[in-house]
Amino acid sequence: MTDVLQELEERRAAARIGGGQKRIDAQHARGKLTARERIELLLDEGSFEEFDMFVAHRCTDFGMEKNRPAGDGVVTGWGTINGRMVYVFSQDFTVFGGSLSETHAQKICKIQDMAVQNGAPIIGINDSGGARIQEGVASLAGYAEVFQRNIMASGVVPQISVIMGPCAGGAVYSPAMTDFIFMVKDTSYMFVTGPDVVKTVTNEVVTAEELGGASTHTKKSSVADGAFENDVEALAEVRRLVDFLPLNNREKPPVRPFFDAPGRVENSLDTLIPANPNTPYDMKELIHKVADEADFYEIQEDFAKNIITGFIRLEGQTVGVVANQPMVLAGCLDIDSSRKAARFVRFCDCFEIPILTLVDVPGFLPGTSQEYGGVIKHGAKLLFAYGEATVPKVTVITRKAYGGAYDVMASKHLRGDFNYAWPTAEIAVMGAKGATEIIHRADLGDADKIAQHTKDYEDRFANPFVAAERGFIDEVIQPHSTRRRVSRAFASLRGKQLKNPWKKHDNIPL
Amino acid sequence: MFKKILIANRGEIACRVIKTARKMGIATVAVYSDADAQALHVQMADEAVHIGPAPANQSYIVIDNIMDAIRQTGAEAVHPGYGFLSENKLFAEALEKEGVAFIGPPAGAIESMGDKITSKKIAQEAGVSTVPGYMGLIEDAEEAVKISNDIGYPVMIKASAGGGGKGMRIAWNDDETREGFQSSKNEAANSFGDDRIFIEKFVTQPRHIEIQVLADSHGNTIYLNERECSIQRRNQKVIEEAPSPFLDEATRKAMGEQSCALAAAVGYTSAGTVEFIVDGERNFYFLEMNTRLQVEHPVTELITGVDLVEQMIRVANGEELSLKQSDIGINGWAMESRLYAEDPYRNFLPSIGRLSRYRPPAEVADGPRVVRNDTGVYEGGEISMYYDPMIAKLCTWGATRDEAIDGMRDALDAFEVEGIGHNLPFCSAVMDHPRFVSGEITTAFIAEEYPDGFEGVTLDDAMLRKVAAAAAAMHRVAEIRRTRLSGRMDNHERHVGENWVVSAQGTDYPVTIAADRDGSTVSFDDGSSIRVSSDWTPGDMLARISTSEGPLTMKVGKITQGFRLRLRGADLKVTVRTPRQAELAALMPEKLPPDTSKMLLCPMPGLIVKVDVAVGDEVQEGQALCTVEAMKMENILRAEKKAVVSRINAGPGDSLAVDEVIMEFE
Repeated sequence: MTDVLQELEERRAAARIGGGQKRIDAQHARGKLTARERIELLLDEGSFEEFDMFVAHRCTDFGMEKNRPAGDGVVTGWGTINGRMVYVFSQDFTVFGGSLSETHAQKICKIQDMAVQNGAPIIGINDSGGARIQEGVASLAGYAEVFQRNIMASGVVPQISVIMGPCAGGAVYSPAMTDFIFMVKDTSYMFVTGPDVVKTVTNEVVTAEELGGASTHTKKSSVADGAFENDVEALAEVRRLVDFLPLNNREKPPVRPFFDAPGRVENSLDTLIPANPNTPYDMKELIHKVADEADFYEIQEDFAKNIITGFIRLEGQTVGVVANQPMVLAGCLDIDSSRKAARFVRFCDCFEIPILTLVDVPGFLPGTSQEYGGVIKHGAKLLFAYGEATVPKVTVITRKAYGGAYDVMASKHLRGDFNYAWPTAEIAVMGAKGATEIIHRADLGDADKIAQHTKDYEDRFANPFVAAERGFIDEVIQPHSTRRRVSRAFASLRGKQLKNPWKKHDNIPL
Repeated sequence: MFKKILIANRGEIACRVIKTARKMGIATVAVYSDADAQALHVQMADEAVHIGPAPANQSYIVIDNIMDAIRQTGAEAVHPGYGFLSENKLFAEALEKEGVAFIGPPAGAIESMGDKITSKKIAQEAGVSTVPGYMGLIEDAEEAVKISNDIGYPVMIKASAGGGGKGMRIAWNDDETREGFQSSKNEAANSFGDDRIFIEKFVTQPRHIEIQVLADSHGNTIYLNERECSIQRRNQKVIEEAPSPFLDEATRKAMGEQSCALAAAVGYTSAGTVEFIVDGERNFYFLEMNTRLQVEHPVTELITGVDLVEQMIRVANGEELSLKQSDIGINGWAMESRLYAEDPYRNFLPSIGRLSRYRPPAEVADGPRVVRNDTGVYEGGEISMYYDPMIAKLCTWGATRDEAIDGMRDALDAFEVEGIGHNLPFCSAVMDHPRFVSGEITTAFIAEEYPDGFEGVTLDDAMLRKVAAAAAAMHRVAEIRRTRLSGRMDNHERHVGENWVVSAQGTDYPVTIAADRDGSTVSFDDGSSIRVSSDWTPGDMLARISTSEGPLTMKVGKITQGFRLRLRGADLKVTVRTPRQAELAALMPEKLPPDTSKMLLCPMPGLIVKVDVAVGDEVQEGQALCTVEAMKMENILRAEKKAVVSRINAGPGDSLAVDEVIMEFE
């Protein structure tokens, strides 16, 4: 009997060593942790329950039958993050370079199925050379099985991908379909075709880092939602993100004890808006001053900075924030910012996370590059996302809300629940100068007349009261009381029930 | 008594004067430029009058505009504060003509003391000890060189109308004289509208000690002891104290009596300051007389109990001084730290912007530790490029110098300022500097002790252990809160452990926390332990921690697995990890910041005035590369080492942001 127990421990030990100490050392030398070390950091201490530790591949080609390590290059199971259940898989680069075999894929599929059934997020840690070439089409089939489950899980449980090494070829499409992708600077990259193929086909010479490193994907492509300095920091920050998210689409977002009075007054917000309407200011200051404990988890911080997306808490409960950033491109909407915000709004709506929208938008960015790039359809994505969202929606217009962009930014007309404006708000078709030049085209030659018309227009329309008179603005609020007003608004919406008509799914302009 | 006075100034001094006026039941009128429409002094005053655009030479120093404001509001007297029109005899004359009282000295006294050359002659005649120098006007740089050689280097080149470090240069050789003469002249013309320059011997190893005098129009003159202002950077005062740790009673008396004699000689009334340079043997030389209320007057008020602004108002009202010299004593010790909007980590370059957070420590009017903060700004206010970068004067008082210093340490740690660069960490560093604590200071203190600029403070092991203990206890509180999240698995909650590794300044401290109702005992691996307790909760940006090793006050920010903690001039990233997390974190590679050593970065937002080199030039260490103007100061950027210019990215007239690359080297 003792022998059997002993054998179990030996088999476990063999599985835990993965590709062997030499490869573990090599992994460390690259500044990377092993699959199991990463799980240790991701989950609460001692909470990991492993599945399929002894699964081995079934390939018999190319001499593979002689090397069948337990676990087959991926560690899977479940555990807790601050006591809340999550499922996890972590690819083991020390075993066949983390390559994906049929059985490797089956292990991932198993936890995907369990996560959907039991209502808990899936966190995938990617560190894989790609398909297990020796297995050929069986490996490809494995990828597709994982993809299909990513798709089915989408909107049911949160899915988070952490890229902690190579992720190339077909492998990129599993993370691509998850809700969030995080990368580690200098030690991870993602691309569909690598630098060698790129050179052969297009003659472009590019490094893996330039082609698909963290910087590329957080700043240029927007494939990744954030990047961190190293594995330790990345996993700690994923834990922090999970604290904001509900476990599944049947639960309300989590609530945490908080140490910040919901009625906190911030007098400094009364001077946030500069006297000159063309002077920028930092919208993040407003976000920090509204949020519980100034705690803000930003998503896609380095991409399309003219719009800010991320999570805060109000009275301990998660709220998604979308805010125009006047510091960048005057806070206008364009292709990138519309796409970024649309995806974020849809994530919040999937998981019952209320949305706070802070508006200072002068309109859509004009120009051929925008029109040729299809700003009409990309802008429509954000409009569509806000319009279909049934979660509590509270909007505060701080300054400009011009034209179609006003409509898009969670306006009353898109079923905004509370639409507040600061006294500095200007809700109008366009800025005074542009409007005057159209309305009073006949006087264009007369500078004095135009100046007078412009002033008249400003006096009449550069304020929140025209919109308030029509009920498009529910209330004009003092900037210093924004936190209290917004907190109370969301508190009043905790019982909100709103359903869209039945449909198979909508047809958002992709 | 006056019913209403106008304060022809802005910022903290306008607020300071308003406070006393209000105490005396006098209504106040503020004046403001476009840039100050929402300023604190405007909010505090009973009335406010707009006097023009932002630049001071179109608003605060335009006499006609101030006169209009006086007529408009019917103010009976004007307090000029310091700077601006405070030492402008034309202004004093204009007021006299209008029959409005000037809360300051007579125009004649301003005139004779306002000019440094004349004032020195008068001082000599009055029997005041003076420094050797050239009293005449200097035509050009070559004449300046000749005079400098006659006096002997080092020399100081000064704007005749100058003050506050503007238009002042020290030269050690002919080249520096030429360069200094020209830049002093330019700055003087810009700042004071008077480009006259004079030169005098630069006394080495000097202390700056000044005497506060107070005179009425009935022939009474008294002195209110001295202030030591030796902690200066480029002739700009940073820290002042009263009394001086250096003077003995005999020297104090001699300086005080000479100062009174000088005041009497020019028919002085109101508050004034006679500045001296004092050498290591307590020889003192007259520098100049400031015919106005001095910036650092609060330290004198704190040790004498006299409200100088009140005295000035009473004197201007024709009252006789109620104080006699025998009434003036020295009670305890006072310190002042000037809070400047200048970034100490960027060689103290001016910083402008919005004060997203501004929370001074609570003021304490009496008791064993007095805290006073004279300020002109508020949270949400804007620091503009148009005016002096000083935004507050933090003063502390204690029975002894050590107590005043200790009070200052805590007050600086509790002072929260975000949104702009500022010198709070530097002031903290000085308060902990052994040489400052010993009192062995000279005006060269900063240049000598911080020759390569200020790079923050490294805490010693004892202090770091205190911080580590506090951080561990704080982290544990934050982690326990995280485990209270809704949606967790019943009976399978996360257990927050007792063992942690705190890392700060490259040192790891493995600790064990034993928490109870009243606090935590944090034990270190050498067997020592520190008891900590605090009402800090996650999200609080200021932590006040009681520890068995003394109190700690820290500014707290959140970083991954820990905190950014700022105290005592140190800016620390402190991580708190479980032993296993720490073990794995130790495997992570250290990443170095990008190499900027071969670039000249713009150290502040500013305007390029001049580029002195061209591509291909070989430059020597210390050679001027270009001049950047910010906040009206011309800053010459110099080569740090011998190099060849490979690329120039900016030219005269370009407006640059911080860290923009001006030029690159091979």
